[in-house]
Amino acid sequence: MRKNSLNHSLLFQGGILMLLFLLQFILPTYHHSSVSKIMLLASYAIGYNFLLGYTGLMSLGHAMFFSSGMYSMGLGIYYLELSPLNGVIFSASFSLMVSLIFGLFALRTSGVSFLIVTLMFGQTFYLSILYFNEFTFGHDGFSLAKYLGSFVIFGKEYLFSNPDIRYNFALLLLTSYLLITTFILLSPVGRILIAIRENESRTQLLGYNVFYYKLFALVLSGTFSGVAGAMHGLLFSYIGTTFAEIHHSISPLLWTLLGGAGTVIGPLFGTGIMYYLIDFISEITKNYLLVVGIVLILMIIWFPLGIMGSVRRKWLKWLP
Amino acid sequence: MDHEEEKNASDVTRRSLLGTSAVLAGAGIVGSQLVDPVAKTAFAAGSDEPIRIGFQAHRTGIGTVYGKWYERTTNAAAKYINSIGGIAGRPVEIITEDDGTDPKRGADVVEKLATQHKVDFVYGTLFSHVVMGSAPRAGELKIPYFVVSEGYHVASGKLNRYVFQPCITDVRSQITAVSSWIFGNLGKNVTIIYPDYAFGYDHRDYASAAAAKSGGKIVAKIPIPMTEKSFTRYFIKIPQNTDVIYHVMVGPGVLTFVREMGEHFGSSHPKLFGFIDSLEGVNITSPGLGFLDGSYFWEAMPRYADGYDTIGSRFYRNAVGVNDSGASKSDPKDVSTYSHMFGCWETLFAIKEAVEQSGYKSKKDYGTLIETIEGFSFFNEGIAHPQGSKFFRGETHQGYGQQFVSQVKNGKLNVIHRTSISDGMYEPETDYRKQSL
Repeated sequence: MRKNSLNHSLLFQGGILMLLFLLQFILPTYHHSSVSKIMLLASYAIGYNFLLGYTGLMSLGHAMFFSSGMYSMGLGIYYLELSPLNGVIFSASFSLMVSLIFGLFALRTSGVSFLIVTLMFGQTFYLSILYFNEFTFGHDGFSLAKYLGSFVIFGKEYLFSNPDIRYNFALLLLTSYLLITTFILLSPVGRILIAIRENESRTQLLGYNVFYYKLFALVLSGTFSGVAGAMHGLLFSYIGTTFAEIHHSISPLLWTLLGGAGTVIGPLFGTGIMYYLIDFISEITKNYLLVVGIVLILMIIWFPLGIMGSVRRKWLKWLP
Repeated sequence: MDHEEEKNASDVTRRSLLGTSAVLAGAGIVGSQLVDPVAKTAFAAGSDEPIRIGFQAHRTGIGTVYGKWYERTTNAAAKYINSIGGIAGRPVEIITEDDGTDPKRGADVVEKLATQHKVDFVYGTLFSHVVMGSAPRAGELKIPYFVVSEGYHVASGKLNRYVFQPCITDVRSQITAVSSWIFGNLGKNVTIIYPDYAFGYDHRDYASAAAAKSGGKIVAKIPIPMTEKSFTRYFIKIPQNTDVIYHVMVGPGVLTFVREMGEHFGSSHPKLFGFIDSLEGVNITSPGLGFLDGSYFWEAMPRYADGYDTIGSRFYRNAVGVNDSGASKSDPKDVSTYSHMFGCWETLFAIKEAVEQSGYKSKKDYGTLIETIEGFSFFNEGIAHPQGSKFFRGETHQGYGQQFVSQVKNGKLNVIHRTSISDGMYEPETDYRKQSL
């Protein structure tokens, strides 16, 4: 059964990834760039979903992980003159460390208390960026464009701002996140995480050290978010506090709920739909957030499991 | 399936798929080069086409009040320009997108205006963090981006060759211009109270530099978070020897800030000097602002008509629909952001001058247009530039104009001092002309 699930889901995800790969050749410029951004943000949401959808831990502080990766990469390049690759490796290590330290404290709580602790940590991190503004460039943030330089692939020189580089790097990140997540979730570790989500006490009773599994999920989720933040900074050249604010923690929650919490591919759909919904409605009315809010409420009423969650319940039972 | 089988199956699939995805991504980068990226974005506007100007507006978010007036001013300027024959004989069309006063959205809006709406230029935004977030995208898309932001970010060299701020003086210059008047007339020991926020840092940093130059001293620097609702605990940090309180508070807490300052000091208080940013969009006679009577404010363009009554300023005020007290003619309770929004009017005329002098026809002429603007050195006062003449520095892409000091008397701002352009000048720190186009 699990092998079938793996094959089906890899086929399904592979088809979507292939579609995304081919889309780059036909998309108009604006949508080419928008889809690049959606894939990066969806990668962030996949990291978020790993914690919410599969471990049952709802966070309101994930912008801390996203921005810790983004800032460590950006400041590393700016002050330490790291290469972009080393910047991303540095950001992965830094966000892993941040999420590990955070997890050791926050996982002493659960439920609403966990939610509040994540919110407080997130806000503390955001305010710290503002407090040390002479080092972090405060609210304005900074542009990395002139510090990144170029790199060579197959003998040809590219800039990180090249639309095709941006698209394919985002696709590569999304692909790797989907694969890693799928394999973990279909492995025994993934089963234990889902067991924790369904009934933490019973899982503990079976002899599993629930704390360490939750810590693993949180560190993986935080590191995924951090690397997504670093890639966003690298490919879009801007580092700023807007990525550390509370609404950037709420966004992946909404994307995940809309797409389907607990489905690997759901966050991609949620992110894409929400991105284009805002983009489209903001052209019509300045009250677009109100309209988006109403649409979200209706979606939750009609599809309480999210889009892909509903699809799984009705048609694709094997969807991880 | 037992664990061994499962492990083997997973290993093979994982390796092959990761390898395949890496190859696919690599192939995508190479394959996509077959489609010329320039061809994908090319927009060949004919000479009979309108000049399309993308307006990045703060319709929502913290900058809404400014955004509303920036939009009104922009539409009024476009209407007037079209009534006098447009730009180089072509009508002007304004395409507006909301940036939500958010740098993330700002960058998307620049992209959308440039590649979907296919505008000739992007222009408009005020808040400095939105400019910081948007400017890299404008540089990557190689589209001229004209900002009306006041921030020192353009002249500092942090941005790129495609970004210009020709018609609103930056904060560093504003502070430099008025500091000698403050230290010469109000006192030598100054405590600065500023928002713990982007442009607040410009005030913090450049007020100190200006104090040193003018023989004054900043005796305390007190940052206050933008979201603060109670201010009394900050006032006890003001040193006893303070002659002048220099304040730049903005946001919804301004009225409380002033009221609590009045309650804290009573009738005996240091002299007050503020930047009008604190009261943009706010009626000076609002309840609780009585404490400001007798205090001084910087203004870029006097809110009250008699503060700077020229033919150009009168025409501009009337065209935008602002009465003699600085509020909307149709709704006197709707107070304008008069010291900032003139930048929109003037910037559209700067674009007009640049297009007409460079012979710009379509996007392929961007290089010539940019070099033409970089060759500008002066904008003459008149209907096109009602705030006053501007000195423009091609190397920093920044314009500099005169500034005003006004005193609040009987619930009205009265101009008591006008600086010259040279009062606000400083040594340039960058030369964008050295960057390639």
